[in-house]
Amino acid sequence: MSEKKLYSVTALFNTPDEISKAAEVITNEGYKNFDVNTPYPVHGLSSKMKLKPSTLGYFALALGLSGATIALLFMYWTMSIDYPMIIGGKPFFALPAFIPVTFEVTVLLASVGTVLVMLFLFFKLPNNSHPLHDTEYMKKVSNDKFGISIEAKDPKFNLEQIKELFASLGAEKIEEIYYDEEEINHKNKIFEPKFIAFLFVVAIVVAGGTYFTLNKLLYMSPFNFMLDQHRVDPQAKETIFQDGFGMRPPVEGTVARGFMPYLYQEDPEKAGMLLSNPLMATEENLKLGQNKYNTFCSPCHGYFGKGDSRLNGQFPNPPSLQSEKLIQWQDGRIYHVIQVGQNIMPSYAKQLTEKEKWAIVLYIRALQRALNAKEEDLK
Amino acid sequence: MSSEEIKIHYTKKELPSGFSRLGFILLIIGLILVVLSFITDYNRATQNSVIIFTFLTSISIGSLFLVALEYIAGAVWSVPFRRISEIISFIIFLIPIFALPALLNLHGVFHWSHQEAVANDKLLQVKAPYLNETFFIIRNIAIFLIWWLFYKFLTGNSRKQDSTYDQKLTTTNIKLSAAFMPIFGISLTIIAIDWLMSLEPHWFSTIFGVYYFAGTILSALACLTLMVLYLNEKGLLVKGLTKDHYYSLGALMFAFINFWAYIAFSQFMLIWYANLPEETFWFITRWQGGWSYLSYGLIFIHFVIPYAILLPQPAKMDPLRLKIAAVIILLAHFYDLYWLSMPSFSKDVVLFSWYEIAFPILAVGLFITIFSIKSKKINLVPIGDPKMKRALEFKL
Ligand code: HEC
Repeated sequence: MSEKKLYSVTALFNTPDEISKAAEVITNEGYKNFDVNTPYPVHGLSSKMKLKPSTLGYFALALGLSGATIALLFMYWTMSIDYPMIIGGKPFFALPAFIPVTFEVTVLLASVGTVLVMLFLFFKLPNNSHPLHDTEYMKKVSNDKFGISIEAKDPKFNLEQIKELFASLGAEKIEEIYYDEEEINHKNKIFEPKFIAFLFVVAIVVAGGTYFTLNKLLYMSPFNFMLDQHRVDPQAKETIFQDGFGMRPPVEGTVARGFMPYLYQEDPEKAGMLLSNPLMATEENLKLGQNKYNTFCSPCHGYFGKGDSRLNGQFPNPPSLQSEKLIQWQDGRIYHVIQVGQNIMPSYAKQLTEKEKWAIVLYIRALQRALNAKEEDLK
Repeated sequence: MSSEEIKIHYTKKELPSGFSRLGFILLIIGLILVVLSFITDYNRATQNSVIIFTFLTSISIGSLFLVALEYIAGAVWSVPFRRISEIISFIIFLIPIFALPALLNLHGVFHWSHQEAVANDKLLQVKAPYLNETFFIIRNIAIFLIWWLFYKFLTGNSRKQDSTYDQKLTTTNIKLSAAFMPIFGISLTIIAIDWLMSLEPHWFSTIFGVYYFAGTILSALACLTLMVLYLNEKGLLVKGLTKDHYYSLGALMFAFINFWAYIAFSQFMLIWYANLPEETFWFITRWQGGWSYLSYGLIFIHFVIPYAILLPQPAKMDPLRLKIAAVIILLAHFYDLYWLSMPSFSKDVVLFSWYEIAFPILAVGLFITIFSIKSKKINLVPIGDPKMKRALEFKL
């Protein structure tokens, strides 16, 4: 067994007044590495010990601010950029709706973070041992005595002198505290297999308990009373309707948002007469038309609408869009072909939006004019 | 305990003469301006009287609430300050004067008081059993009578104790305070609904009473803090008041700043989210044109700035920072009341000129004058309170 190493000298006092006095004297004597242990907070002690204000507040502030920032950025990214969703008709970045969450995360991070910072920085976790642990001194000061302990590493440390000082202050019991052997060898009790096994069991119990509560217990009677609701479940059979379906089809004539019913399904001539292109021949619209035409129409009708399909005879050659007939057709008539299709040409109503269809018509007109340019167009 | 054991050392001193002189000058200037405003624009002056009426109500009844709160909570630290709150709450006797212009000119302020408006308005007809002139006047008079009674007995007992040192008076006051609490809650809500919410009679918000309550307590605390710091600096209170006593004042103010923000935001967010036209229009008025700047300003002056000032722990013990925060809070409460009421009178244009300043000057002058007159006769510290000695030894 190696020689014992001294950690500190301790003294016990009987009253808070005595300990206040002792703390004051020892501070004034110039000792730095000492601490006072009391069973309950003694007022005015920290000022007598000339303790500096704790820096923990700054950690709390920084953690709170980062909580607020993280919460706001997270919601901004998810709700406004990555997967924008309209909720309740509010804008994607709906600040008022985000504030409660921001508030919660701020408080959560600040409080939990501050406790963790305290444990790691101030209590030096993962080191969970302290020479004062499991001593008679600690037992007394957590019961009814007031203790003071001056560490051996204090520059002014002198065993005999301190003992005299304690005695002159009226200390009840003076005691030397030595390091445990393990502490000298810097063995951390926290890495002991027993402790790790304990942590492991706690983790399993907590996780298993949570899983059981959330996934099983809540579905057992009587905790599942909230599931018992008088409502129609999707896809379920429902006797209150004659056809037995719980889900109801939309009312006849319902028009989905963003879609327009097409009135001239059977009547191309009328479409030609009554419909007109709502778009102006702007660069933007022509670009859109070109893009959509090249995508959807050019494989059959060719890039210039000459009917030079790229399908190499796998499909009956479509007619030219440059024919005299087509030039004479009204915009609405061409629109009708896109909307309804014609014989073996399919309808493009589902692939294209209202605006895109008219933009294609616009672009076909431009193609026709480009290949049949008149004198005046060259100017 | 005999009276000897609870006696503390206190010598009554006069307030500095400059203090009462300042009050007197402000009072005269305010009076002249107020009379002028009534002559030049009768309706607008009446509307301003509503703002100052609610402001003085906040400070006075809020102070009485602080007194009652101390009794039922058995608070020790605040005992040396209680008498100051008691003196401030004397203003309860004077606020009916500020209600008078509106009572004499109901039509100029309250839309619901117009018979022809109610006749064509389903909603106002439904609300008519509550919002009608007779009931309005009756319930307001009743509220003031009740408040006066509580003021009389609570502060009367407390003052009697100064000479008799009778501990039974404290027990009586605790019972009185307990009775006062629910009455205070209900009556303050009625005042808030009657004088602020009914300016826009179609609008309703169930949290409105709490909103006004938050401002009330906050401004009463700020007022108390300001007076405590001023009087203690002049050495007019007792020896032994330390940073620990200040800290509790600062912490309470800080807490109520948060409380106000919490309530104000709750009110806004619920209405904003539900998006019901019959509720949102009130905020839309305040969110358009010039009023929108005032709305943003309110967030800063009532929450962000005082919050930032009082956030550090040392700030809650530092007299200078406490004073700054208290002044800002008092301004903010006035700002808040202006923001609550003015847009109802002038939807499109922000009205602010000397009309709006006349009444505040009068109110400050009146406050100082009342305080100097009252404090001539009364001790500034409840020397007879059995908790007084412990209060002076109070440590955080
Ligand atoms: C799958 C190949 C194919 C595609 C793609 C295609 N069409 Fe056609 N299109 C045809 C065929 C084939 C006909 C001739 C149908 C018939 O027999 O009347 C035709 C006919 C037409 C006509 C009528 C011509 C006439 O002379 O009667 C127009 C206009 C037209 N297409 C426009 C378009 C537009 C605009 C697009 C792009 C949205 C498009 N087509 C895409 C195959 C296609």
